[in-house]
Amino acid sequence: MRRVVVTGLGLVTPLGGDVETSWANLIAGESGAGQITRFDASNQKCTIACEVKPKDHPWGFDPDKRVDHKIQRQVDPFIVYGIDAAGQALEDAGLTNMTEAEKERTGCSIGSGIGGLPGIEFESVNLHERGPGRVSPHFVHGRLINLITGQVQIKYGFMGPNHAVVTACSTGAHSIGDAARMIAMDDADVMLAGGAESTINPLGIAGFAQARALNMSMNDRPTEASRPYDRNRDGFVMGEGAGVVVLEEYERAKARGARIYAEVTGYGLSGDAYHVTAPHPEGRGAELAMRMALKKAGLGPGDIDYINAHGTSTMADTIELAAIKRVLGDDLGGASMSSTKSAIGHLLGGAGAVEAIFCILAMRDQIVPPTLNLHDPDDGTEGIDLVPLKARKREVRAVLNNSFGFGGTNASLVMQKVD
Amino acid sequence: MSDTAERVAKIVVEHLGVEADKVTQDASFIDDLGADSLDIVELVMAFEEEFGVEIPDDAAEKITTVGDATKYIEEHKG
Repeated sequence: MRRVVVTGLGLVTPLGGDVETSWANLIAGESGAGQITRFDASNQKCTIACEVKPKDHPWGFDPDKRVDHKIQRQVDPFIVYGIDAAGQALEDAGLTNMTEAEKERTGCSIGSGIGGLPGIEFESVNLHERGPGRVSPHFVHGRLINLITGQVQIKYGFMGPNHAVVTACSTGAHSIGDAARMIAMDDADVMLAGGAESTINPLGIAGFAQARALNMSMNDRPTEASRPYDRNRDGFVMGEGAGVVVLEEYERAKARGARIYAEVTGYGLSGDAYHVTAPHPEGRGAELAMRMALKKAGLGPGDIDYINAHGTSTMADTIELAAIKRVLGDDLGGASMSSTKSAIGHLLGGAGAVEAIFCILAMRDQIVPPTLNLHDPDDGTEGIDLVPLKARKREVRAVLNNSFGFGGTNASLVMQKVD
Repeated sequence: MSDTAERVAKIVVEHLGVEADKVTQDASFIDDLGADSLDIVELVMAFEEEFGVEIPDDAAEKITTVGDATKYIEEHKG
């Protein structure tokens, strides 16, 4: 099998419009949460979210940098975030000037969990109030999930695999895993892989609130609401943004002298076969995915240094933890584990990709990001390093990244430093 | 430039994200301003909204330049 490495990173998160701002704020223990500003949420049960900040904010995102004005007007925000993150990753990898032959061997696997819900909501109201003749001609292709990939391939002329995963909150991790396999199987030499989401709109917040998934008890304390593993956790905080990596065949990357961040060595995927929203109470599906990823990487207990947990700040956190203990041992084989959703919220289809990038940066800088708001760890967390409150320097050579989604879908990625 | 022409040009600049000086009355939406057929559908909807006119599909198909739009609107607005 051909080896697959990561040579470029791109991020749009509630902590920054680029990789370095997001990472610096994450390590500093900042929170991206606040009252919802995108719309009047005063009649919602949940009034808080982790929004991507506007461009005049010190951590803000400037859509004009990489996305044409005309496209910004036509598409939902998740597509704008995805195009920008893909552009960042390409620039970071030094791949903005590829030959036609290289472009034929370059593809995209950038998905989303939900897609253009804000635009669907807007046009539904528009249709109802003003009639079918007022619906935008860009409505459909401005909301479709595979239109990040579509837009990116048109913008850069890539003619390789044009793929988009839709597996709810596992999307970002599946996107990277699937893309790595496409390179390993010789379908492409370079893949842009990741996920994006933006559903901080009335219908999105109401829908997740009605599903009893969101935190609704800490509207007055937004930065404290996402608290994975804490005894007082009470649901997730909605995030938004995008994460995209450049994956590249190893020999090709080495030959061109690319900066190699990490190698994707393991990928595991499974289903829960249990319930549409609740995870299997013993985390059996999660366990299968982790075991598969570790086996592919040839790693065992004691080899993993850092785990970026799914850890959404719901009751499911301890189910995941119990599954990890069965795989790696009661002390997780000495690994540190944190949930960065404590700082950026839950990016749904973007989560797995953004968190994979945080894992890669943990290996680059030999520091593990914190789990914010973890003041009173729940039962079952004894003796485990959940990196409470503050980032910590430690050796990080191998990482495990977990993502689980509605529908009972699980993905685990293992990545390692390349010597 | 007439008031109608100015308002038409403003909508074109806003929707297509092009430089204002390129939006002359002779400019072709597709050849000069980078629009595609769907952009024209959207522009026609915006003109209808702005001027309170109805532009049927067969008339819209004949609107290929900024000037065509201005002329149609001036002839049909109430």
